[in-house]
Amino acid sequence: MSADNNSKPVLETRNLSVRYGKVEALRATSISLRAGEIVTVIGPNGAGKSSLLNAIMGALPSEGQAEGEVLYQGQDVSHHAIELRLGKGLALVPEKRELFTTMTVEDNLVLGAYRRRKAGWSYRDGLEGIYAVFPRLKERRHQLAGTMSGGERQMVAIGRALMSDPKVLMLDEPSLGLAPRVMAEVFQVISHLRDTGVATLLIEQNSRAALKVSDYGYVLEVGDVTLEGKASELARNPRVIEAYLGAKH
Amino acid sequence: MDFSIFAILAQDGVTNGAVYALLAMALVLVFSVTRIIFLPQGEFIGFGALTVAALQSSQFPRLIWLLIGIGVLTFLVELGSALRQRRYKPLPRRLLMWSVIENLIYPQFIWLLAHSFDWQGMPMAVQILFTLAITVPLGIMIYRVAFQPMAEASVLVLLIVSVGVHFALLGMGLFIFGPEGSTTHAFTEWSTALGEMPVSGQSVVVMAVAGSLIGLLYLFFDRTLYGKALRATAVNRKGAQLVGIGTSQAGRMAFGLAAGLGTLAGTLIAPLNTVGYDTGFVVALKGFVAAIVGGLASYPLAAAGALLVGLLESYSSYWASAYKEVIVFTLIIPVLAWRSLTSGHGDEE
Repeated sequence: MSADNNSKPVLETRNLSVRYGKVEALRATSISLRAGEIVTVIGPNGAGKSSLLNAIMGALPSEGQAEGEVLYQGQDVSHHAIELRLGKGLALVPEKRELFTTMTVEDNLVLGAYRRRKAGWSYRDGLEGIYAVFPRLKERRHQLAGTMSGGERQMVAIGRALMSDPKVLMLDEPSLGLAPRVMAEVFQVISHLRDTGVATLLIEQNSRAALKVSDYGYVLEVGDVTLEGKASELARNPRVIEAYLGAKH
Repeated sequence: MDFSIFAILAQDGVTNGAVYALLAMALVLVFSVTRIIFLPQGEFIGFGALTVAALQSSQFPRLIWLLIGIGVLTFLVELGSALRQRRYKPLPRRLLMWSVIENLIYPQFIWLLAHSFDWQGMPMAVQILFTLAITVPLGIMIYRVAFQPMAEASVLVLLIVSVGVHFALLGMGLFIFGPEGSTTHAFTEWSTALGEMPVSGQSVVVMAVAGSLIGLLYLFFDRTLYGKALRATAVNRKGAQLVGIGTSQAGRMAFGLAAGLGTLAGTLIAPLNTVGYDTGFVVALKGFVAAIVGGLASYPLAAAGALLVGLLESYSSYWASAYKEVIVFTLIIPVLAWRSLTSGHGDEE
């Protein structure tokens, strides 16, 4: 772990709640992550994991209502529009990828940098960085995103998010629907992100793989954080093993 | 019918089809980006034609009054929404300053320009550009006032708002321009003949302008970041939001472009037809039929549909002139039947 425990969190939620009409999806959740850290949130389907990420990004569907604070580098951004949060350094790779399927891989990536306009920076530099991480995307850069395999789409989605130069990258079920070999590849990329100083907030059904790459973890059950701790400790916790890791081994 | 009549009708049909194609493109653009059926398109045809006509007859282009009025309204809406959010964040000073410039100062500037030049003596291209400088911001302001506050509403609600905006603008058009129609000067007196078929310079200009606009639109969507952003919004709204293409920014771009295309369509038909404040609606509806052929989603199909509508109209006006409009609008029934049989359901979003 590159960050020591005294350094300030780059992202923090305080009593963040999400409700859809009368249904409460997330209850007063407080989590935090530091630069260069990978934090995972595990838990069963419908525990409010996706709502947590969408609320942090400001990307809840219109019937969803978030309450509580989202602190980015100490500043409350909970009333900012998505564009502003993106500009500050938050990026979300959603569960459904939400790619521009009828456009080329390269166009998808270029649009990822839509908000990133700085003097002396051209999207070509950004593309080179992404192609270095995902060489396969370079080979397929002129292919339509909709014609790619599941794993490649996930790479496009992660690459598109990285093009905005985020300080906090949020991944919603990155391994969903991927073959085990492809999944391993995606997790390898995630663990490499740590070296770039990006903080990663990872949501996974595959708790075993998630805890393996993570530094810290939270267990979210029916809208509440029921357990938290170092990822290595969570992986040894009997309750976690029984509920989330048990079945196979 | 001998060949020369056939050829003349074809020329007529393709010329009108080119204008419908511009309108259909604008409708496809606005619908795919914002899910709004852009009924007020027809008003922009009238605004464009009548403003150019006013400039050519040395009258003050009274559309500027509307620009000034809606500009004030837009500023008030933006100020209101900034004040409402004051609980959470400080007033966005820079944003409000831009709003003052765009919505209050710019219309005054246009008003000043209108007074300080002799527009009658200018070349027609300059008159058309000046008209665009009035109508394009008008389109953007209309989006800001009427549609942006409810951008997430359902297609049906947006359609109803669209009907409301259409009637409001129609009334304004009558108030501003009066019930009389006008024509503008011809683009050119030049004409030639291809074999037995006389070719009017007017048709050539219309086809050339429409063709190059379609080419420019293609380049815009294919090459520029803003064009790609509009396409991205049409393909996947959530994905577009996540990369920071705001729904409202895309909507404003789409409305600005659509207003411009409507205006140009109006100026293209005005030399041959008397255009009144309410002429545009029926013309725009024909563009709408063409856009339906493209499923409100495909630009090439919409353009093909526009040619079909133009040709159908031209030949039916020869054989069954009284039923011309009926025949054109009946086209929508087989098209809808065909589309519902060939495409699956559930593509509402």
